[in-house]
Amino acid sequence: MQSTLTKPEQQTQQQRPAGNGRANFLTPVANIHEDKDGYMLEAEMPGVTKDGLDVTVENGELVIIGRRSAAQPVGQALYRESRGWDFRRAFELDPSIDAAKITAKIEQGVLTLHLPKAEAVKPRKIAVS
Amino acid sequence: MASRKLHRKASFNKNHQPNSKTMNLIRYQWPELSNWSPFDRLASFRDEINRLFDTGLPARDTALFSAWSPALDLYDEKDRFLVSLELPGMKKEDISLSFQDGVLTVSGERKHEREGKEGETFRSERYFGKFQRSVSLPAGVDASKVKATYRDGILHVELPKSEEAKPKQIEVSVS
Repeated sequence: MQSTLTKPEQQTQQQRPAGNGRANFLTPVANIHEDKDGYMLEAEMPGVTKDGLDVTVENGELVIIGRRSAAQPVGQALYRESRGWDFRRAFELDPSIDAAKITAKIEQGVLTLHLPKAEAVKPRKIAVS
Repeated sequence: MASRKLHRKASFNKNHQPNSKTMNLIRYQWPELSNWSPFDRLASFRDEINRLFDTGLPARDTALFSAWSPALDLYDEKDRFLVSLELPGMKKEDISLSFQDGVLTVSGERKHEREGKEGETFRSERYFGKFQRSVSLPAGVDASKVKATYRDGILHVELPKSEEAKPKQIEVSVS
């Protein structure tokens, strides 16, 4: 049915911690929903504000980076489960997505991306004459 | 490296991935387990072990089938405790807090909202539903002055210490 449509399969590119000198990143959990007009991607990045957000599209790859802005508490940590790392995740983009029309917003630590499909690939009803 | 490339290539075309449909049935999958070669899995396992030693606490999200257990931090500042919970994408009204017998309990529910129901969700890693976390404070807290704010998906709770629990400087007098 959808033989030519590809889905933006996720590809994790979590950087390796310690040892190679690169920064640590957390992979944010994400939901992807598709309808006939495009895709909607939600990613959880608690502690990230608009200013710390970096969304780029390059070579058919969507990369989202979220940097935490909040200053860490000065006190002594008695118990700690969160990791103060920044977030990063990459997705392969469906070629039918119109990259110029991608919109993003972040609200209470949830990034929502709307990735509309190009007009040319949207399903069209063809009238039978 | 070569095998990873192959994996990536395969994911380009849905037809070459006969199992992609069954994968969608899994509600949550630790992303690293899905499309890496065995060597990468080993590497990530090693990282997980390293992290264990780094933080002194096991990574909370390695429990694959657990319910939602938001990450909780507890800090001791001189005259107050700070508790923070990662609760992205909630409504203020859906979070409730209680403080009793030195134990702070935070509970709530994240509701799934979507405008149009049509279409298909093919990646679903976020958890929707109820959660409850409790933390016992190690010293007296002035319950009437507990304050909570919800900002950028993180709930911050300030719990001022009671007078008796505050650290005191004791002068040593030399006679």
